Amino acid sequence: MSAHLEVEGVSKAFGGLRALSLCSLSVEKGSIAGLIGPNGSGKTTLFNVITGYVRPDAGTVTLGGTPITSARPDEVFALGLGRTFQLTRIFARLTVLENMLVATQRKEGWLRSVARPAASSAEQRRAIELLDFVGLTRLASAKAGTLSYGQRKLLELAYVLVADPSVILLDEPAGGVNPTLINEIRERILALNSEGKTFLVVEHNMEFVMGLCHTVTVMHQGSAIVTGTPDAVRSDPRVLDAYLGGGEEQDDDIAVG
Amino acid sequence: MSARRESGVAASPDAPAVPLGGSGRRRAAIGAAWIAFGAALIVFPVVFSNPTVTTIGVFTLVYMTSATAWNGFAGFSGYVPLGHAVFFGVGGYTLALVALHLNMAGGYAMFALVPLGGIAAAVIAVPFGLIALRTRRHTFVVITIAVFFIVQLLAFNLGFTQGSSGVQIPTPLWTAATFNDRFYYAALIVLALAVLVVWGIRRSRFGLQLLAIRDDEDRARGLGVKVQRVKLVGFVLSGVTVGMAGGIYAFFVGQIYPQFAFDPLFDVTVALMAFFGGLGTISGPLLGALLLEPIQQYLTLQYSVGSLYLIIYGALFLVVILAMPRGVIPTAGEYLQMRRARRVERADGRSPAATPSVEVAPLGRASR
Repeated sequence: MSAHLEVEGVSKAFGGLRALSLCSLSVEKGSIAGLIGPNGSGKTTLFNVITGYVRPDAGTVTLGGTPITSARPDEVFALGLGRTFQLTRIFARLTVLENMLVATQRKEGWLRSVARPAASSAEQRRAIELLDFVGLTRLASAKAGTLSYGQRKLLELAYVLVADPSVILLDEPAGGVNPTLINEIRERILALNSEGKTFLVVEHNMEFVMGLCHTVTVMHQGSAIVTGTPDAVRSDPRVLDAYLGGGEEQDDDIAVG
Repeated sequence: MSARRESGVAASPDAPAVPLGGSGRRRAAIGAAWIAFGAALIVFPVVFSNPTVTTIGVFTLVYMTSATAWNGFAGFSGYVPLGHAVFFGVGGYTLALVALHLNMAGGYAMFALVPLGGIAAAVIAVPFGLIALRTRRHTFVVITIAVFFIVQLLAFNLGFTQGSSGVQIPTPLWTAATFNDRFYYAALIVLALAVLVVWGIRRSRFGLQLLAIRDDEDRARGLGVKVQRVKLVGFVLSGVTVGMAGGIYAFFVGQIYPQFAFDPLFDVTVALMAFFGGLGTISGPLLGALLLEPIQQYLTLQYSVGSLYLIIYGALFLVVILAMPRGVIPTAGEYLQMRRARRVERADGRSPAATPSVEVAPLGRASR
């Protein structure tokens, strides 16, 4: 076991707001890591830094030893790191199958990409297989905009898988999804993990995180403050502080109240 | 044309999810409609040989080409450029200035300069695109308009364009009876090329990436789409085709001035044609130009008031936006599909939409 995704001392400020300050995190190969923390603690910003949407002011990100700190989102994805978004983002006016094919990776020049058809039969077969995996094959030729919220979550997971990434970041996979579907999503994650895929999951649903993840990292005010097994994190007093109070003052308030 | 089915590009999210029956027959009907349409365009000058009519024909073909090329970028990528007149003018000026400096006599050889106009447009389109495509939405529109006015100003003021006195283009010594026909067929070839390019883009991986950018550019980036490259290639391809249309236009008119070559109304017209027919469809801009351009030419010729058509256009634009915001072709296609669905429903005594189907529509075919 070795750290596959490594974040070291990452800082990012938006104007006067320090979204991340010296945040470090490492995710073991083949593990499911959880990332929790109060709203505004920098979880999504960290995701944006890792996937190349936001360039950090300081710090490094490496994936399997390759530095990806200044890589663009398309390069990060090509290197085998996929992500889903907190609010699902799918291509609403394309069909479900076309959504899948957008994620197909090919090394080709622009002229070839203009001349060649959108997908080979092998690429289509692969896309259908993955739709089977998440149970959306029936809707392959439906416009993605007609899918329900939960189905969109599944579609997002499926098209991230098209490029066969080694690491998958999930931003609130269980948010706003009904319990049956949450179970389905959990099973898919476990199945993929048993094939060796590494996960980093942001989630507010504690039951989901604690039941699924091997390690959990707690973020607070832009830094990772605690990392450990779900049980260790649950009983750590610093975690309670982070969720209940903001700093010393509020702690006092609680003590007095 | 009316047999064209609802476009996958501009279709609403609530369109029926399951492909309805008879898709093979419908595809054959669509193919036949295209062949008939092409044949009609080919025989048109033979049937209507009146020079006034063929003149309108040439202008219409030029605008059909321009609207198709404009839509090939705007309709697929969701970026709405209003500076394509730059390419139109550059194509025209390239043809005029090269002919001038080579002392060419008007003749068939002049048509060889048309692709050169396309290349010149590409040379302009690359830096233009690199700057404008860094921005999105309203900013992008404003930047393209700004670049357009800069280029128009340059055409007025640079020495080699001969400023506002313009450039005369040698007139071919062809017999009057068939004079227009040669321009007509040259324009038809460029139009065929434009349609082929857009059709090819729609089926290609590149086209799929453009459509993904239209729906959610940042998500597309996160799935490995090189968005800047894809947008730039789309912009340049569109510019090249418009440049060639501009070359034919200038040669046909026989002279070129900054205010006509770089006309701010060009983009408004072309955009209206695409919106009218159906943004992002292949047949939509063709239909739009086919209806609107002759109206403009007719009004101009009949009442010799050059701007009368603008009132008509404005009114039409309002009607389109209010009655069928997605354009004629998608709206008609949806209507046909609904009628067909109702017919199937009546025949089966049940709702066809309730029948789940695992049939997967072939890519780029079922949705155009």
